[in-house]
Amino acid sequence: MLTNQEVAEGLLEKFGDQVFDFEEPYGLLTLSSTREEILPLLEYLRDHKTWQVIFLTDITGVQYPDNKGQEFVVVYHLHSFVHNFRIRIKVALSEADIHIPTATGLFASANWMERETFDFFGILFDGHPNLRRILNIEEMDYHPMRKEYPLEDATREDKIDALFGR
Amino acid sequence: MADIELLPHNVPSQSELPELVEELTTLNLGPTHPATHGIFQNILKMDGEKIVSGEQTIGYIHRAFEKIAERRPFYQITTLTDRMNYCSSPINNMGWHMTVEKLLGIEVPKRAQYIRVIMMELARITDHIICNSILGVDTGAFTGFLYVMQKREEVYEIYEEVCGARLTTNMGRVGGMERDLSSTAIRKINEFIKSFPPVLRELEKLLNRNRIFMDRTINVGPISAERALSYGFTGPNLRAAGVDYDVRVMNPYSSYQDFDFEVPIGQSGDTFDRYMVRNEEMWQSLKIVEQAINNLPEGPYYADAPEFYLPPKQEVYKNMEALIYHFKIVMGEIDAPAGEVYHAVEGGNGELGFYLISDGGRAPYRLHFRRPSFIYYQAYPEMCKGSSLSDAILTMSSLNVIAGELDA
Repeated sequence: MLTNQEVAEGLLEKFGDQVFDFEEPYGLLTLSSTREEILPLLEYLRDHKTWQVIFLTDITGVQYPDNKGQEFVVVYHLHSFVHNFRIRIKVALSEADIHIPTATGLFASANWMERETFDFFGILFDGHPNLRRILNIEEMDYHPMRKEYPLEDATREDKIDALFGR
Repeated sequence: MADIELLPHNVPSQSELPELVEELTTLNLGPTHPATHGIFQNILKMDGEKIVSGEQTIGYIHRAFEKIAERRPFYQITTLTDRMNYCSSPINNMGWHMTVEKLLGIEVPKRAQYIRVIMMELARITDHIICNSILGVDTGAFTGFLYVMQKREEVYEIYEEVCGARLTTNMGRVGGMERDLSSTAIRKINEFIKSFPPVLRELEKLLNRNRIFMDRTINVGPISAERALSYGFTGPNLRAAGVDYDVRVMNPYSSYQDFDFEVPIGQSGDTFDRYMVRNEEMWQSLKIVEQAINNLPEGPYYADAPEFYLPPKQEVYKNMEALIYHFKIVMGEIDAPAGEVYHAVEGGNGELGFYLISDGGRAPYRLHFRRPSFIYYQAYPEMCKGSSLSDAILTMSSLNVIAGELDA
């Protein structure tokens, strides 16, 4: 059984200060990295002889508009079946330079996950073979999951944010 | 023999013939084609009957659930999850409840957990019934489909008895079930346990060793375990390729560790193996339902979490505290703690994950659904490359791509 402590120490030894912000929300090892190191990090986890974190569960994006310089976060969830070990990796990006290398070379499943993230958040995955919209129509000229596009009709006055806790 | 005068005709020599131009045919399979079982399009490049390459267009029924969820109180998101994999909505509902319970730190009583297991396994049976019997229809055996649909109807009657709805169930609540299993529900479940095996055996008799069915499905649309893992396959489709990954076993939730069941796996990951894995899973699900209903623990069917679980209606009329909680919950005025949760359940098609970020507000800050069909459907062009069109249809059918889950 692989422990969070063991993996965290192994990654710190290998990547030094390129991995940081270690956390364990609800027992799931969460850490941050940089976009320069994300591919080597994913590859290291995948090809590690004993850990074998070979399964990419999910890629998604989150936006924090108030976090200047780090408005977008790309979240990777990985899973090692051999040890039943899950890990979450986050990479923060700034809105002005919203690029991150693609993981399609490592995991075939990353293809659509990244297209979806691009579709909804506009995060550009450099080197992606086919970075087009996937669920929305191609003519759409904005990225709808961004917080600047409120869900409700802006002209309505009876639905104020305070009622919804926002 | 009559004299037939052959008219002179000139056969043009090879050099005089116009040059043959070879070109590929583009075939639009879908968006609305009965064989796609849902609204999604495949643009296939065909060389005669052979598929050279394919490209999918999806998103026809995209309903922006993740965006809508950011404005809704937690309990109102259950209705959104219904509409993802609508062949097994209770699993989606329970998965969502468990995610929220994990965030809130609510421990659900055993009885509620067992009731959930019963409903989830019945849902798995309905899900697999559809996939397998439709696969029969696609190979030309319509009878089996109509026959087993009767049994799905009986499961829907159980849903009706438990939650009042049939297809989009909205079953259970954060913190437990909305009501206890009624005696009618228990009777219907027991009846189903008795009456389902003969029907399933008959479907097996119709298809499992049927020469035509085997010829149509064996070695059709295979995928290796390695490619399946790389493509993010989960659930029956991954198990058919020979990887025994099942969320129920690896990360047991809702007391799955109490039950004795097997995880069937296939070898070659082809259409026949996918069919056989689903078939065996129905038996295992039935076994789990039987164990759960026979060992149903006594006790409450909801957790003691008054801030999140709606109080009984009689209390609301008589008790001030209950009225206040009722009002606050219905108006969505209860703040959830800040936190970040990933919770996965074994859905009909594989690992159905909920990635929930709460900022301490009344609605999620961000909610992402890890939809198994969305992730594995991208392997489809690779799986049907080089096969004929009729085989490609079977491959798609056996992958059990559900449009609602695909597009969310």
